[in-house]
Amino acid sequence: MSITTTAPVAELTRPRRRASLRQWQGVFYVAPAMALVTVFFIVPVLFTVWMSLHNWPLLGEPKWIGLDNYVRMFSDSRFFAALNFTAYYTLVATIAIFVLAFPLALFVERKRTGVSAYRTIFFLPVVVGLATASLLWVWLANVDAGLFGPVLRMFGITGRASNVLATFDSAFIVIVVMVVWKIVGFTMIILLTGLQAIPTDLTEAARIDGANRWQRFRRLTLPLMRRTLALALILSVTGSVLAFDQFYIMTSGGPQNRMISVVYYIFNQSFVSFQLGYGSALSIALLAILVALSVIQLRLLRVGDER
Amino acid sequence: MSASVRARRARRHLLGGLGYHGFGIIASFFFLAPFIWAGLASLRSGSEAQTPPMPPWPQNGISFDSYETLDTFGSGIWQHTMNSFLVAAGTVVLTVVVSLLAGYGFSRYRFPLKNVMFVLIIATLMIPFQSILTPLFIILARLGLNNSLVGLMLVYVTLQLPFSVFMMRNAFDAVPREIEEAARIDGARDLKLLFKVLLPLVMPGVVTVAIFAFLNSWNEFMAALILLSENDKYTLPVLMTAVRAGRLGAINWGAVQAGVMVMTIPCLVVFLLLQRYYMRGLMAGAVK
Repeated sequence: MSITTTAPVAELTRPRRRASLRQWQGVFYVAPAMALVTVFFIVPVLFTVWMSLHNWPLLGEPKWIGLDNYVRMFSDSRFFAALNFTAYYTLVATIAIFVLAFPLALFVERKRTGVSAYRTIFFLPVVVGLATASLLWVWLANVDAGLFGPVLRMFGITGRASNVLATFDSAFIVIVVMVVWKIVGFTMIILLTGLQAIPTDLTEAARIDGANRWQRFRRLTLPLMRRTLALALILSVTGSVLAFDQFYIMTSGGPQNRMISVVYYIFNQSFVSFQLGYGSALSIALLAILVALSVIQLRLLRVGDER
Repeated sequence: MSASVRARRARRHLLGGLGYHGFGIIASFFFLAPFIWAGLASLRSGSEAQTPPMPPWPQNGISFDSYETLDTFGSGIWQHTMNSFLVAAGTVVLTVVVSLLAGYGFSRYRFPLKNVMFVLIIATLMIPFQSILTPLFIILARLGLNNSLVGLMLVYVTLQLPFSVFMMRNAFDAVPREIEEAARIDGARDLKLLFKVLLPLVMPGVVTVAIFAFLNSWNEFMAALILLSENDKYTLPVLMTAVRAGRLGAINWGAVQAGVMVMTIPCLVVFLLLQRYYMRGLMAGAVK
Protein backbone atom coordinates (compact mmCIF):
# COMPACT_ATOMS: atom_id res chain seq x y z
CA MET A 1 0.00 0.00 0.00
CA SER A 2 2.81 2.42 0.84
CA ILE A 3 3.50 4.62 -2.13
CA THR A 4 7.21 5.14 -1.47
CA THR A 5 8.03 1.54 -2.25
CA THR A 6 6.43 1.61 -5.67
CA ALA A 7 6.81 5.23 -6.76
CA PRO A 8 9.22 5.61 -9.67
CA VAL A 9 12.52 7.39 -9.28
CA ALA A 10 11.22 10.59 -10.89
CA GLU A 11 8.67 10.94 -8.14
CA LEU A 12 11.28 10.64 -5.41
CA THR A 13 13.78 13.11 -6.83
CA ARG A 14 11.19 15.86 -7.09
CA PRO A 15 11.08 18.37 -4.25
CA ARG A 16 9.35 16.82 -1.27
CA ARG A 17 6.83 19.60 -0.90
CA ARG A 18 5.48 19.17 -4.37
CA ALA A 19 5.05 15.46 -3.87
CA SER A 20 3.14 15.93 -0.65
CA LEU A 21 1.01 18.65 -2.26
CA ARG A 22 0.14 16.19 -4.99
CA GLN A 23 -0.85 13.69 -2.32
CA TRP A 24 -3.23 16.27 -0.89
CA GLN A 25 -5.24 16.05 -4.09
CA GLY A 26 -6.51 12.75 -2.76
CA VAL A 27 -8.64 14.70 -0.31
CA PHE A 28 -10.58 16.20 -3.21
CA TYR A 29 -11.22 12.76 -4.68
CA VAL A 30 -12.67 11.38 -1.46
CA ALA A 31 -14.45 14.63 -0.51
CA PRO A 32 -17.84 13.88 -2.21
CA ALA A 33 -18.06 10.48 -0.53
CA MET A 34 -17.07 11.91 2.84
CA ALA A 35 -19.60 14.75 2.47
CA LEU A 36 -22.45 12.32 1.74
CA VAL A 37 -21.51 9.96 4.55
CA THR A 38 -21.19 12.88 6.97
CA VAL A 39 -24.47 14.60 6.09
CA PHE A 40 -26.63 11.51 5.57
CA PHE A 41 -25.09 9.11 8.03
CA ILE A 42 -22.78 10.40 10.73
CA VAL A 43 -24.83 13.49 11.54
CA PRO A 44 -28.09 11.48 11.62
CA VAL A 45 -26.52 8.91 13.98
CA LEU A 46 -25.37 11.65 16.37
CA PHE A 47 -28.69 13.40 15.92
CA THR A 48 -30.52 10.20 16.90
CA VAL A 49 -28.64 10.15 20.21
CA TRP A 50 -29.46 13.85 20.77
CA MET A 51 -33.14 13.37 19.91
CA SER A 52 -33.45 10.38 22.20
CA LEU A 53 -32.78 12.73 25.15
CA HIS A 54 -35.74 14.95 24.23
CA ASN A 55 -39.47 14.91 24.10
CA TRP A 56 -39.53 15.68 20.38
CA PRO A 57 -42.92 16.23 18.76
CA LEU A 58 -43.26 16.65 14.98
CA LEU A 59 -44.35 20.26 15.39
CA GLY A 60 -43.42 22.51 18.29
CA GLU A 61 -40.37 22.82 20.50
CA PRO A 62 -38.38 19.75 21.58
CA LYS A 63 -37.98 19.57 25.33
CA TRP A 64 -34.92 18.16 27.11
CA ILE A 65 -35.96 15.26 29.32
CA GLY A 66 -32.63 13.51 29.90
CA LEU A 67 -32.93 9.76 30.11
CA ASP A 68 -36.71 9.68 30.55
CA ASN A 69 -37.25 8.05 27.14
CA TYR A 70 -34.96 5.20 28.15
CA VAL A 71 -36.68 4.82 31.50
CA ARG A 72 -40.05 4.73 29.74
CA MET A 73 -38.75 2.03 27.40
CA PHE A 74 -38.26 -0.39 30.28
CA SER A 75 -41.89 -0.16 31.32
CA ASP A 76 -43.26 -0.29 27.77
CA SER A 77 -44.85 -3.71 27.50
CA ARG A 78 -45.64 -3.28 23.81
CA PHE A 79 -41.95 -2.70 23.11
CA PHE A 80 -41.10 -5.91 24.91
CA ALA A 81 -43.83 -7.71 22.99
CA ALA A 82 -42.21 -6.43 19.76
CA LEU A 83 -38.77 -7.57 20.97
CA ASN A 84 -40.19 -10.94 21.85
CA PHE A 85 -41.87 -11.39 18.49
CA THR A 86 -38.74 -10.26 16.62
CA ALA A 87 -36.61 -12.73 18.55
CA TYR A 88 -39.04 -15.55 17.76
CA TYR A 89 -39.16 -14.58 14.08
CA THR A 90 -35.36 -14.26 13.85
CA LEU A 91 -34.86 -17.68 15.40
CA VAL A 92 -37.38 -19.47 13.19
CA ALA A 93 -36.39 -17.68 9.97
CA THR A 94 -32.65 -18.14 10.49
CA ILE A 95 -32.98 -21.84 11.28
CA ALA A 96 -35.29 -22.37 8.29
CA ILE A 97 -32.93 -20.52 5.95
CA PHE A 98 -29.83 -22.45 7.10
CA VAL A 99 -31.55 -25.83 7.07
CA LEU A 100 -32.37 -25.29 3.39
CA ALA A 101 -29.38 -23.21 2.29
CA PHE A 102 -26.80 -25.81 3.31
CA PRO A 103 -28.18 -28.69 1.19
CA LEU A 104 -28.71 -26.27 -1.70
CA ALA A 105 -25.12 -25.03 -1.44
CA LEU A 106 -23.82 -28.63 -1.46
CA PHE A 107 -26.14 -29.32 -4.40
CA VAL A 108 -24.87 -26.41 -6.54
CA GLU A 109 -21.24 -27.05 -5.57
CA ARG A 110 -21.16 -30.30 -7.59
CA LYS A 111 -19.57 -30.04 -11.01
CA ARG A 112 -22.35 -31.31 -13.22
CA THR A 113 -24.02 -30.14 -16.36
CA GLY A 114 -26.75 -27.61 -15.72
CA VAL A 115 -25.43 -26.63 -12.29
CA SER A 116 -25.00 -22.97 -13.23
CA ALA A 117 -28.62 -22.86 -14.42
CA TYR A 118 -29.74 -24.19 -11.03
CA ARG A 119 -27.61 -21.60 -9.25
CA THR A 120 -29.22 -18.82 -11.27
CA ILE A 121 -32.76 -20.09 -10.73
CA PHE A 122 -32.37 -20.57 -6.97
CA PHE A 123 -30.94 -17.07 -6.78
CA LEU A 124 -33.65 -15.28 -8.80
CA PRO A 125 -35.94 -14.32 -5.89
CA VAL A 126 -32.99 -12.60 -4.17
CA VAL A 127 -32.80 -9.83 -6.76
CA VAL A 128 -36.48 -8.94 -6.38
CA GLY A 129 -37.39 -6.53 -3.61
CA LEU A 130 -38.70 -7.77 -0.29
CA ALA A 131 -41.71 -5.45 -0.77
CA THR A 132 -42.36 -7.01 -4.20
CA ALA A 133 -42.06 -10.52 -2.82
CA SER A 134 -44.40 -9.63 0.05
CA LEU A 135 -47.04 -8.34 -2.40
CA LEU A 136 -46.70 -11.43 -4.56
CA TRP A 137 -47.13 -13.76 -1.59
CA VAL A 138 -49.95 -11.84 0.04
CA TRP A 139 -51.87 -12.41 -3.16
CA LEU A 140 -50.96 -16.12 -3.20
CA ALA A 141 -52.16 -16.38 0.39
CA ASN A 142 -55.37 -14.42 -0.13
CA VAL A 143 -58.53 -16.28 0.72
CA ASP A 144 -60.64 -15.26 -2.29
CA ALA A 145 -58.24 -14.78 -5.19
CA GLY A 146 -55.15 -16.63 -4.01
CA LEU A 147 -53.53 -19.96 -4.68
CA PHE A 148 -52.99 -21.51 -1.26
CA GLY A 149 -56.68 -21.91 -0.40
CA PRO A 150 -57.52 -24.08 -3.44
CA VAL A 151 -54.24 -26.00 -3.19
CA LEU A 152 -54.73 -26.82 0.49
CA ARG A 153 -58.30 -27.90 -0.30
CA MET A 154 -57.08 -30.02 -3.19
CA PHE A 155 -54.77 -31.96 -0.89
CA GLY A 156 -57.58 -32.25 1.63
CA ILE A 157 -55.73 -30.38 4.36
CA THR A 158 -58.53 -27.92 4.94
CA GLY A 159 -62.19 -28.44 4.21
CA ARG A 160 -63.34 -25.05 3.04
CA ALA A 161 -61.75 -21.82 1.91
CA SER A 162 -59.33 -21.00 4.69
CA ASN A 163 -57.93 -17.55 5.33
CA VAL A 164 -54.32 -18.39 6.13
CA LEU A 165 -53.48 -14.78 6.98
CA ALA A 166 -56.24 -14.56 9.61
CA THR A 167 -54.58 -16.58 12.36
CA PHE A 168 -51.18 -15.93 13.85
CA ASP A 169 -49.63 -19.35 13.29
CA SER A 170 -50.62 -19.83 9.66
CA ALA A 171 -49.81 -16.22 8.75
CA PHE A 172 -46.43 -16.63 10.45
CA ILE A 173 -45.74 -19.79 8.46
CA VAL A 174 -46.63 -18.03 5.20
CA ILE A 175 -44.25 -15.16 6.00
CA VAL A 176 -41.41 -17.50 6.95
CA VAL A 177 -41.91 -19.54 3.76
CA MET A 178 -41.91 -16.33 1.72
CA VAL A 179 -38.72 -15.11 3.38
CA VAL A 180 -37.00 -18.46 2.91
CA TRP A 181 -37.99 -18.45 -0.79
CA LYS A 182 -36.65 -14.92 -1.12
CA ILE A 183 -33.40 -15.21 0.91
CA VAL A 184 -32.22 -18.82 0.76
CA GLY A 185 -30.45 -18.33 -2.59
CA PHE A 186 -28.36 -15.55 -1.07
CA THR A 187 -27.26 -17.65 1.90
CA MET A 188 -26.63 -20.51 -0.51
CA ILE A 189 -24.17 -18.44 -2.56
CA ILE A 190 -22.36 -17.20 0.57
CA LEU A 191 -22.00 -20.79 1.81
CA LEU A 192 -20.90 -21.85 -1.68
CA THR A 193 -17.96 -19.42 -1.58
CA GLY A 194 -16.94 -21.05 1.70
CA LEU A 195 -17.26 -24.57 0.30
CA GLN A 196 -15.23 -23.66 -2.77
CA ALA A 197 -12.45 -22.26 -0.61
CA ILE A 198 -11.84 -25.71 0.95
CA PRO A 199 -8.87 -27.34 -0.80
CA THR A 200 -10.01 -30.48 -2.61
CA ASP A 201 -6.90 -32.45 -1.59
CA LEU A 202 -8.02 -32.15 2.04
CA THR A 203 -11.38 -33.79 1.34
CA GLU A 204 -9.63 -36.35 -0.87
CA ALA A 205 -7.22 -37.22 1.94
CA ALA A 206 -10.11 -37.64 4.38
CA ARG A 207 -11.93 -39.84 1.88
CA ILE A 208 -8.86 -42.05 1.47
CA ASP A 209 -8.52 -42.25 5.27
CA GLY A 210 -11.98 -43.78 5.30
CA ALA A 211 -14.05 -40.90 6.60
CA ASN A 212 -17.62 -41.23 5.43
CA ARG A 213 -19.65 -38.37 3.98
CA TRP A 214 -21.15 -37.24 7.29
CA GLN A 215 -17.79 -37.41 9.10
CA ARG A 216 -16.16 -35.36 6.34
CA PHE A 217 -18.92 -32.77 6.61
CA ARG A 218 -18.89 -32.63 10.39
CA ARG A 219 -15.13 -32.76 11.03
CA LEU A 220 -13.73 -31.07 7.95
CA THR A 221 -16.22 -28.95 6.04
CA LEU A 222 -17.94 -27.24 8.98
CA PRO A 223 -14.78 -26.24 10.89
CA LEU A 224 -13.12 -24.95 7.73
CA MET A 225 -16.20 -22.87 6.93
CA ARG A 226 -16.32 -21.07 10.26
CA ARG A 227 -15.70 -17.61 8.86
CA THR A 228 -18.22 -18.06 6.07
CA LEU A 229 -20.77 -19.44 8.50
CA ALA A 230 -20.24 -16.46 10.78
CA LEU A 231 -20.81 -14.07 7.89
CA ALA A 232 -23.93 -15.87 6.66
CA LEU A 233 -25.28 -16.10 10.21
CA ILE A 234 -24.70 -12.43 11.00
CA LEU A 235 -26.26 -11.31 7.71
CA SER A 236 -29.27 -13.55 8.26
CA VAL A 237 -29.80 -12.56 11.89
CA THR A 238 -29.33 -8.85 11.19
CA GLY A 239 -31.75 -8.99 8.26
CA SER A 240 -34.37 -10.78 10.36
CA VAL A 241 -34.04 -8.43 13.33
CA LEU A 242 -34.60 -5.49 10.96
CA ALA A 243 -37.64 -7.07 9.29
CA PHE A 244 -40.35 -4.59 8.41
CA ASP A 245 -41.62 -4.80 4.80
CA GLN A 246 -43.19 -8.25 5.08
CA PHE A 247 -45.15 -7.46 8.26
CA TYR A 248 -46.25 -4.03 7.03
CA ILE A 249 -47.36 -5.25 3.61
CA MET A 250 -48.58 -8.78 4.30
CA THR A 251 -50.37 -8.56 7.62
CA SER A 252 -50.26 -4.86 8.63
CA GLY A 253 -48.93 -5.98 11.98
CA GLY A 254 -50.84 -9.19 12.00
CA PRO A 255 -53.83 -10.70 13.69
CA GLN A 256 -54.45 -8.84 16.99
CA ASN A 257 -51.31 -6.74 16.38
CA ARG A 258 -49.16 -9.73 17.25
CA MET A 259 -46.80 -9.29 14.31
CA ILE A 260 -45.28 -5.95 15.20
CA SER A 261 -41.52 -6.28 14.79
CA VAL A 262 -39.11 -3.92 16.55
CA VAL A 263 -38.55 -1.79 13.43
CA TYR A 264 -42.31 -1.72 12.86
CA TYR A 265 -42.84 -0.55 16.43
CA ILE A 266 -40.22 2.19 16.01
CA PHE A 267 -41.92 3.20 12.76
CA ASN A 268 -45.27 3.41 14.56
CA GLN A 269 -43.85 5.46 17.44
CA SER A 270 -41.98 7.87 15.16
CA PHE A 271 -44.23 8.25 12.14
CA VAL A 272 -47.70 7.29 13.30
CA SER A 273 -47.70 8.63 16.87
CA PHE A 274 -45.02 11.23 16.00
CA GLN A 275 -43.09 10.67 19.21
CA LEU A 276 -39.78 11.26 17.48
CA GLY A 277 -37.73 11.39 20.67
CA TYR A 278 -39.04 8.11 21.97
CA GLY A 279 -38.61 6.53 18.54
CA SER A 280 -34.96 7.62 18.58
CA ALA A 281 -34.39 6.08 22.00
CA LEU A 282 -35.86 2.83 20.69
CA SER A 283 -33.54 3.07 17.65
CA ILE A 284 -30.50 3.38 19.92
CA ALA A 285 -31.69 0.32 21.84
CA LEU A 286 -32.07 -1.58 18.56
CA LEU A 287 -28.57 -0.55 17.55
CA ALA A 288 -27.13 -1.78 20.85
CA ILE A 289 -28.97 -5.09 20.47
CA LEU A 290 -27.62 -5.61 16.95
CA VAL A 291 -24.03 -4.88 17.94
CA ALA A 292 -24.35 -7.24 20.91
CA LEU A 293 -25.79 -9.99 18.71
CA SER A 294 -22.93 -9.67 16.20
CA VAL A 295 -20.32 -9.84 18.96
CA ILE A 296 -21.98 -12.91 20.48
CA GLN A 297 -22.11 -14.69 17.11
CA LEU A 298 -18.45 -13.96 16.38
CA ARG A 299 -17.56 -15.31 19.84
CA LEU A 300 -19.67 -18.43 19.40
CA LEU A 301 -18.04 -19.26 16.10
CA ARG A 302 -14.65 -18.24 17.53
CA VAL A 303 -13.75 -16.23 14.48
CA GLY A 304 -10.35 -14.71 15.02
CA ASP A 305 -8.48 -17.55 16.71
CA GLU A 306 -7.96 -19.51 13.53
CA ARG A 307 -5.68 -22.48 13.93
CA MET B 1 -17.22 -59.73 -14.88
CA SER B 2 -15.60 -56.40 -15.64
CA ALA B 3 -18.34 -55.67 -18.16
CA SER B 4 -21.03 -56.19 -15.54
CA VAL B 5 -19.14 -53.96 -13.12
CA ARG B 6 -18.94 -51.32 -15.77
CA ALA B 7 -22.64 -51.70 -16.54
CA ARG B 8 -23.49 -51.40 -12.85
CA ARG B 9 -21.33 -48.32 -12.56
CA ALA B 10 -22.96 -46.78 -15.62
CA ARG B 11 -26.39 -47.54 -14.19
CA ARG B 12 -25.49 -45.97 -10.86
CA HIS B 13 -24.15 -42.95 -12.69
CA LEU B 14 -27.40 -42.67 -14.64
CA LEU B 15 -29.50 -43.07 -11.50
CA GLY B 16 -27.33 -40.50 -9.71
CA GLY B 17 -27.88 -38.10 -12.61
CA LEU B 18 -31.62 -38.73 -12.53
CA GLY B 19 -31.72 -38.10 -8.79
CA TYR B 20 -29.62 -34.99 -9.14
CA HIS B 21 -31.63 -33.44 -11.90
CA GLY B 22 -34.91 -34.67 -10.46
CA PHE B 23 -34.19 -32.73 -7.28
CA GLY B 24 -32.89 -29.78 -9.29
CA ILE B 25 -36.00 -29.54 -11.42
CA ILE B 26 -38.40 -29.83 -8.49
CA ALA B 27 -36.45 -27.20 -6.51
CA SER B 28 -36.31 -24.94 -9.58
CA PHE B 29 -40.09 -25.23 -9.90
CA PHE B 30 -40.57 -23.96 -6.34
CA PHE B 31 -38.31 -20.99 -6.93
CA LEU B 32 -39.83 -20.08 -10.29
CA ALA B 33 -43.49 -20.92 -9.69
CA PRO B 34 -44.50 -17.69 -7.87
CA PHE B 35 -43.11 -15.59 -10.74
CA ILE B 36 -44.75 -17.71 -13.42
CA TRP B 37 -48.04 -17.79 -11.54
CA ALA B 38 -48.13 -14.02 -11.06
CA GLY B 39 -47.01 -13.34 -14.64
CA LEU B 40 -49.66 -15.57 -16.18
CA ALA B 41 -52.38 -14.48 -13.77
CA SER B 42 -51.72 -10.81 -14.48
CA LEU B 43 -52.81 -11.42 -18.10
CA ARG B 44 -56.29 -12.59 -17.15
CA SER B 45 -59.32 -10.41 -17.83
CA GLY B 46 -60.92 -8.24 -15.16
CA SER B 47 -63.49 -10.65 -13.76
CA GLU B 48 -61.15 -13.64 -13.93
CA ALA B 49 -58.43 -11.78 -12.04
CA GLN B 50 -60.50 -11.92 -8.84
CA THR B 51 -60.76 -15.71 -8.87
CA PRO B 52 -58.17 -18.23 -7.67
CA PRO B 53 -55.40 -18.78 -10.23
CA MET B 54 -56.24 -22.42 -11.00
CA PRO B 55 -55.11 -22.76 -13.77
CA PRO B 56 -53.06 -19.55 -13.80
CA TRP B 57 -53.23 -18.89 -17.53
CA PRO B 58 -56.04 -16.76 -19.00
CA GLN B 59 -59.19 -18.69 -19.89
CA ASN B 60 -60.80 -16.03 -22.11
CA GLY B 61 -57.76 -14.91 -24.06
CA ILE B 62 -54.93 -12.63 -23.01
CA SER B 63 -56.05 -9.30 -21.62
CA PHE B 64 -54.29 -6.27 -20.17
CA ASP B 65 -57.23 -5.32 -17.93
CA SER B 66 -55.13 -5.70 -14.80
CA TYR B 67 -52.47 -3.31 -16.09
CA GLU B 68 -55.17 -0.81 -17.06
CA THR B 69 -56.69 -1.04 -13.58
CA LEU B 70 -53.24 -0.54 -12.08
CA ASP B 71 -52.96 2.64 -14.15
CA THR B 72 -55.98 4.15 -12.33
CA PHE B 73 -54.14 4.20 -9.00
CA GLY B 74 -52.19 7.24 -7.83
CA SER B 75 -50.95 9.38 -10.69
CA GLY B 76 -50.89 6.57 -13.23
CA ILE B 77 -48.43 3.74 -13.52
CA TRP B 78 -46.16 5.63 -15.94
CA GLN B 79 -45.61 8.45 -13.50
CA HIS B 80 -44.69 6.07 -10.70
CA THR B 81 -42.52 3.86 -12.88
CA MET B 82 -40.70 7.01 -13.98
CA ASN B 83 -40.29 8.08 -10.33
CA SER B 84 -38.76 4.71 -9.50
CA PHE B 85 -36.64 4.76 -12.62
CA LEU B 86 -35.37 8.32 -12.06
CA VAL B 87 -34.41 7.55 -8.48
CA ALA B 88 -32.70 4.31 -9.52
CA ALA B 89 -30.88 5.87 -12.49
CA GLY B 90 -29.78 8.88 -10.44
CA THR B 91 -28.57 6.59 -7.67
CA VAL B 92 -26.59 4.51 -10.17
CA VAL B 93 -24.90 7.52 -11.80
CA LEU B 94 -24.09 9.31 -8.56
CA THR B 95 -22.92 6.15 -6.81
CA VAL B 96 -20.60 5.30 -9.69
CA VAL B 97 -19.12 8.81 -9.92
CA VAL B 98 -18.68 9.29 -6.17
CA SER B 99 -17.26 5.82 -5.52
CA LEU B 100 -15.00 6.01 -8.59
CA LEU B 101 -13.44 9.22 -7.30
CA ALA B 102 -13.23 7.95 -3.74
CA GLY B 103 -11.84 4.57 -4.78
CA TYR B 104 -9.15 6.34 -6.81
CA GLY B 105 -8.33 8.71 -3.97
CA PHE B 106 -8.07 5.93 -1.39
CA SER B 107 -6.04 3.69 -3.67
CA ARG B 108 -3.54 6.19 -5.09
CA TYR B 109 -3.05 9.07 -2.68
CA ARG B 110 -1.68 9.51 0.77
CA PHE B 111 -3.18 12.19 2.95
CA PRO B 112 -3.80 12.78 6.63
CA LEU B 113 -6.60 10.73 8.21
CA LYS B 114 -6.92 8.62 5.06
CA ASN B 115 -7.40 5.36 6.92
CA VAL B 116 -9.76 6.93 9.44
CA MET B 117 -11.95 8.21 6.60
CA PHE B 118 -11.96 4.84 4.86
CA VAL B 119 -12.89 2.97 8.02
CA LEU B 120 -15.58 5.57 8.73
CA ILE B 121 -17.22 4.94 5.34
CA ILE B 122 -17.05 1.16 5.74
CA ALA B 123 -18.24 1.32 9.35
CA THR B 124 -21.60 2.76 8.28
CA LEU B 125 -22.41 -0.81 7.23
CA MET B 126 -22.65 -1.70 10.91
CA ILE B 127 -25.47 0.74 11.54
CA PRO B 128 -28.82 -0.15 9.98
CA PHE B 129 -30.35 2.82 8.17
CA GLN B 130 -33.72 1.92 9.70
CA SER B 131 -32.47 3.34 12.97
CA ILE B 132 -31.58 6.77 11.55
CA LEU B 133 -34.69 7.41 9.45
CA THR B 134 -36.18 9.87 11.94
CA PRO B 135 -33.23 12.30 11.88
CA LEU B 136 -32.85 11.80 8.13
CA PHE B 137 -36.46 12.92 7.76
CA ILE B 138 -35.71 16.08 9.77
CA ILE B 139 -32.36 16.81 8.08
CA LEU B 140 -33.89 16.46 4.61
CA ALA B 141 -36.70 18.81 5.66
CA ARG B 142 -34.11 21.39 6.83
CA LEU B 143 -32.31 21.07 3.49
CA GLY B 144 -35.60 21.59 1.64
CA LEU B 145 -35.39 18.05 0.30
CA ASN B 146 -38.37 16.53 2.08
CA ASN B 147 -40.84 14.74 -0.16
CA SER B 148 -38.29 14.97 -2.97
CA LEU B 149 -36.93 12.27 -5.25
CA VAL B 150 -33.52 13.98 -5.14
CA GLY B 151 -33.45 13.70 -1.34
CA LEU B 152 -34.38 10.02 -1.50
CA MET B 153 -31.70 9.49 -4.14
CA LEU B 154 -28.99 11.09 -1.97
CA VAL B 155 -29.97 8.80 0.90
CA TYR B 156 -29.76 5.75 -1.38
CA VAL B 157 -26.34 6.84 -2.70
CA THR B 158 -25.06 7.13 0.87
CA LEU B 159 -26.37 3.66 1.69
CA GLN B 160 -24.52 2.26 -1.35
CA LEU B 161 -21.21 3.93 -0.53
CA PRO B 162 -19.56 1.47 1.88
CA PHE B 163 -19.88 -1.42 -0.55
CA SER B 164 -19.13 0.70 -3.63
CA VAL B 165 -16.09 2.55 -2.25
CA PHE B 166 -14.67 -0.75 -1.02
CA MET B 167 -15.22 -2.35 -4.46
CA MET B 168 -13.70 0.57 -6.35
CA ARG B 169 -10.67 0.88 -4.10
CA ASN B 170 -9.95 -2.81 -4.68
CA ALA B 171 -10.47 -2.34 -8.41
CA PHE B 172 -7.91 0.50 -8.50
CA ASP B 173 -5.50 -1.43 -6.27
CA ALA B 174 -5.49 -4.18 -8.91
CA VAL B 175 -4.41 -1.79 -11.69
CA PRO B 176 -0.59 -1.74 -12.04
CA ARG B 177 0.92 1.66 -11.31
CA GLU B 178 3.14 1.43 -14.39
CA ILE B 179 0.14 2.05 -16.64
CA GLU B 180 -0.60 5.25 -14.79
CA GLU B 181 2.99 6.42 -14.86
CA ALA B 182 3.21 5.77 -18.60
CA ALA B 183 0.03 7.77 -19.19
CA ARG B 184 1.33 10.54 -16.95
CA ILE B 185 4.51 10.79 -18.98
CA ASP B 186 2.34 11.00 -22.10
CA GLY B 187 0.75 14.09 -20.56
CA ALA B 188 -2.51 12.71 -19.16
CA ARG B 189 -3.22 14.33 -15.80
CA ASP B 190 -5.69 14.01 -12.94
CA LEU B 191 -9.30 13.68 -14.07
CA LYS B 192 -8.32 13.11 -17.69
CA LEU B 193 -6.01 10.31 -16.59
CA LEU B 194 -8.76 8.86 -14.44
CA PHE B 195 -11.52 8.89 -17.05
CA LYS B 196 -9.53 8.24 -20.24
CA VAL B 197 -6.94 5.73 -19.06
CA LEU B 198 -8.08 4.12 -15.82
CA LEU B 199 -11.87 3.97 -16.23
CA PRO B 200 -11.77 1.26 -18.92
CA LEU B 201 -9.50 -0.82 -16.67
CA VAL B 202 -11.85 -0.70 -13.67
CA MET B 203 -15.02 -1.09 -15.75
CA PRO B 204 -15.96 -4.50 -14.29
CA GLY B 205 -15.96 -2.94 -10.82
CA VAL B 206 -18.08 -0.05 -12.10
CA VAL B 207 -20.65 -2.47 -13.56
CA THR B 208 -20.83 -4.37 -10.26
CA VAL B 209 -21.32 -1.15 -8.30
CA ALA B 210 -23.98 0.00 -10.79
CA ILE B 211 -26.01 -3.24 -10.60
CA PHE B 212 -26.14 -3.20 -6.81
CA ALA B 213 -27.06 0.49 -6.80
CA PHE B 214 -29.86 -0.12 -9.30
CA LEU B 215 -31.39 -3.14 -7.60
CA ASN B 216 -31.20 -1.72 -4.10
CA SER B 217 -32.72 1.66 -5.00
CA TRP B 218 -35.39 0.17 -7.28
CA ASN B 219 -36.49 -2.26 -4.56
CA GLU B 220 -36.15 -0.11 -1.42
CA PHE B 221 -39.42 0.39 0.43
CA MET B 222 -39.18 1.71 3.99
CA ALA B 223 -37.16 4.89 3.38
CA ALA B 224 -39.36 5.76 0.40
CA LEU B 225 -42.48 5.19 2.51
CA ILE B 226 -41.25 7.59 5.18
CA LEU B 227 -39.48 10.24 3.11
CA LEU B 228 -42.05 10.67 0.33
CA SER B 229 -45.29 12.24 1.50
CA GLU B 230 -47.12 13.26 -1.67
CA ASN B 231 -48.97 10.90 -3.93
CA ASP B 232 -47.36 11.98 -7.20
CA LYS B 233 -43.83 11.40 -5.84
CA TYR B 234 -44.42 7.79 -4.79
CA THR B 235 -42.05 5.15 -6.12
CA LEU B 236 -43.57 1.83 -7.20
CA PRO B 237 -43.33 -0.06 -3.88
CA VAL B 238 -45.03 2.83 -2.04
CA LEU B 239 -47.73 3.10 -4.70
CA MET B 240 -48.37 -0.62 -4.33
CA THR B 241 -49.25 -0.25 -0.65
CA ALA B 242 -52.20 1.85 -1.82
CA VAL B 243 -53.17 -0.83 -4.35
CA ARG B 244 -52.79 -3.49 -1.66
CA ALA B 245 -54.93 -1.46 0.77
CA GLY B 246 -57.70 -1.45 -1.85
CA ARG B 247 -60.57 0.92 -2.52
CA LEU B 248 -63.84 0.89 -0.61
CA GLY B 249 -62.71 -2.23 1.18
CA ALA B 250 -62.16 -4.23 -2.01
CA ILE B 251 -58.69 -5.15 -3.21
CA ASN B 252 -58.15 -5.50 -6.94
CA TRP B 253 -55.84 -8.51 -7.06
CA GLY B 254 -55.33 -8.15 -10.79
CA ALA B 255 -53.73 -4.77 -10.19
CA VAL B 256 -51.55 -6.28 -7.45
CA GLN B 257 -50.31 -8.98 -9.86
CA ALA B 258 -49.68 -6.40 -12.59
CA GLY B 259 -47.77 -4.19 -10.14
CA VAL B 260 -45.67 -7.13 -8.97
CA MET B 261 -44.71 -7.81 -12.59
CA VAL B 262 -43.83 -4.15 -13.27
CA MET B 263 -41.50 -4.19 -10.26
CA THR B 264 -40.08 -7.67 -10.89
CA ILE B 265 -39.23 -7.68 -14.59
CA PRO B 266 -36.55 -4.93 -14.58
CA CYS B 267 -34.73 -6.69 -11.69
CA LEU B 268 -34.76 -10.05 -13.42
CA VAL B 269 -33.63 -8.57 -16.75
CA VAL B 270 -30.75 -6.63 -15.17
CA PHE B 271 -29.68 -9.64 -13.14
CA LEU B 272 -29.84 -12.15 -15.99
CA LEU B 273 -27.94 -9.87 -18.38
CA LEU B 274 -25.21 -8.90 -15.91
CA GLN B 275 -25.18 -11.93 -13.63
CA ARG B 276 -21.43 -12.40 -13.90
CA TYR B 277 -20.74 -8.97 -12.42
CA TYR B 278 -23.39 -9.38 -9.74
CA MET B 279 -21.99 -12.68 -8.49
CA ARG B 280 -18.46 -11.30 -8.62
CA GLY B 281 -19.49 -8.45 -6.35
CA LEU B 282 -21.34 -10.74 -3.98
CA MET B 283 -18.45 -13.19 -3.72
CA ALA B 284 -15.86 -10.42 -3.35
CA GLY B 285 -17.94 -9.12 -0.46
CA ALA B 286 -18.28 -12.58 1.08
CA VAL B 287 -14.62 -13.52 0.84
CA LYS B 288 -13.28 -10.31 2.32
